[in-house]
Formats: sequence, structure tokens, C-alpha cells
Amino acid sequence: MEGTDQEKIISALKEKFEGEILHAEMLYDFLTITLKKDQIISIIRHLYDHPDTQFQYLTTLCGIHYPDVNQIAVMYQLHSLQKNYRIRLKIYLPVESPVTPTLTTIFPAANWLERETFDFFGVIFEGHPNLKRILNVEDMIIFPLRKEYPLEDQTREDKNDTMFGR
Amino acid sequence: MTTSTGSITSNVTIGEKPDGYEGAGFFATSLDKVVGMARANSIWPLPFATSCCGIEFMATMGSHYDLGRFGSERLSFSPRQADLLMVMGTIAKKMGPILRQVYEQMAEPRWVISVGACACSGGIFDTYSVLQGIDRIIPVDVYVPGCPPRPEQILDGILKIQHLVETESRRRRESPEYKAMLNTYGIE
Repeated sequence: MEGTDQEKIISALKEKFEGEILHAEMLYDFLTITLKKDQIISIIRHLYDHPDTQFQYLTTLCGIHYPDVNQIAVMYQLHSLQKNYRIRLKIYLPVESPVTPTLTTIFPAANWLERETFDFFGVIFEGHPNLKRILNVEDMIIFPLRKEYPLEDQTREDKNDTMFGR
Repeated sequence: MTTSTGSITSNVTIGEKPDGYEGAGFFATSLDKVVGMARANSIWPLPFATSCCGIEFMATMGSHYDLGRFGSERLSFSPRQADLLMVMGTIAKKMGPILRQVYEQMAEPRWVISVGACACSGGIFDTYSVLQGIDRIIPVDVYVPGCPPRPEQILDGILKIQHLVETESRRRRESPEYKAMLNTYGIE
């Protein structure tokens, strides 16, 4: 992405939400903007409608657990098919109550992605039409991609320290 | 028992007949042995193939290895008619109840062969979402190791199953020991 494209996106965002931007930088050739969590849906709606951006395609959405700061990030990756822009938006939620409004009001495709994020990180998307586990067994009681849960199945008996470093 | 040399049948081997008393016009043996011989040479397998071990099984059924040589030409895709459940591949924890239901739908006598490292122990998938061996939910008769095992190994496992089928007592499935064994898996 050229610097001018980047400036256009930032200035479109600043028209209404200047105070919401915490940080913006190019990370691995990808414009990444960290935002305050409260207005995220209005911001995405603004970028969707704005004639200079037209981010009308949701590429993906996922959670990230940062145990060092005790926060769970939700990352939205948007694509403007009109302008050929891509953008990544990040908000941080506290681990104790990871609650944020649903994006299904703008992108119906967010439905399963939000279910997946709920399944693996326990993020509650308020207003989601069907927020239940999508990939894991329904009776699972943990959110397995949070770092406090070990990746390995703890009931496995054929692995020991001498052979596998467990 | 090999038949006469020099004819077209020279390479044909006929199965061993069980021990018994033979005389002019009669042959007497125990019912167990006759039933065992018949069952062992007409096993209908149910392939429960979930990943790459299933591909090896396809080769096993193909003309080069040909499981049909051992009387298992006819696969049963209904558990109701199957004798042998062949579990080939990774079983996710979410798949576990389905596998168990398939096993429960099979009529007695039934056997289970676990093909490949994943079905036997979880294999490389030591993770929260994968069942660490199907013997945690259903009883297994023969384990075939390998990642994936070659068709020869699967055939060897089938021959071991045939041996179990052939030598099984007629009354084993009604015994209290068998019922107790199933109860440890929470079946029946």
C-alpha cells in the first residue's frame, strides 16, 4: 500500500473518530490500527460507507490472547474491493469480561467467525444471533486457545519426560 | 492343502480344515470350529476412514493388494450388517460419540481393528481436540501401528482378526466377562 492510500484511510477515519485511534502503523506491509473498544462497530460502519474507503468486505475476524497485559484482542481484517485497500483493526478487551458488540449487523459473514472467536477465546459478542461453540465439542468447559490452557491433552499416558520432554 | 501339480489349479490353496474325525463319507468336528472357519473367511468390514490411513485402505481394497482374497470383498457401509469395524484415521473428540454410536449399532459378534497411530493413540495429534486413542470409547481387538501403515500391515492386521474370529468360543459373547468388559466402556 502506498503512503498516500494509507493517509487517505487515516484521514477518512479521523473525520469522525480521531479520538478513538490509539495507534496506527504499517506492520508487514499491512496498515494496522489499534482503536478504543467502545465505538468499533460505528467505526467499521463509517469505513464501510465512506466514499474514500468503502471497506465492504470482511476478510476475517479473530481473537488473540495477550497474557502479559491480561487482555484479549479482537482483530478485524477488512478489504475494499473498490479501492483495493486492506486494513487491520484491533481492539483490546479485558480477560475478565471480554464483551464487545457483534459485527453481524454490518457483515452477516461475521456470524461464524464470531462463533469461532467465542469458541476459542470466550469473547462475548453482544447481539449475536446464535453465539454457541462451532468447532469444539459442545460440553467443553475451557477456551482452548487462551494461553493458560495447555495445548496437549493432559490424559495422554504414553509420553514422559525422558522421551518427549513433558 | 495343494492340489495336483501341472494343472491350472496348481497355485490354488484351499483353507485348512479343522481338526476332527474323518471316515468314509463323514467328517465330524465341533460346531465352534466350523462356525469360526466360516466367519473368519467371510468378514464384512465397515470402513470408518477419516484421513490418510483411509487412503492406504483404498489401496488395500484395490487389485494389487486385494482384501477380497481373504473373504472380505464385500464392504458393509451399514453397521447393521458389518462384522468388523475398521477405524482408520484421526478421531476428533467431536467424532467420538458418532464412532461409538456406529459401534453400538453393529450386531454381535463384532470386532474392531484400529489402523494407524492416530486411531491407536492419538498419534502426533497430542492436543485438546483429538481423542487420544479410540480404545477410550470402544474396545479394540487388533492395533495396526504406522503413520500411515502400508497395505501389507493392514492385511497383517486383518489376518490377526481372522485368527481371533476363527478361535473364538461360540459362547464368548454371552459370557459375564464379555458383558463386564463392555460395561467398562459404558456400553449396554
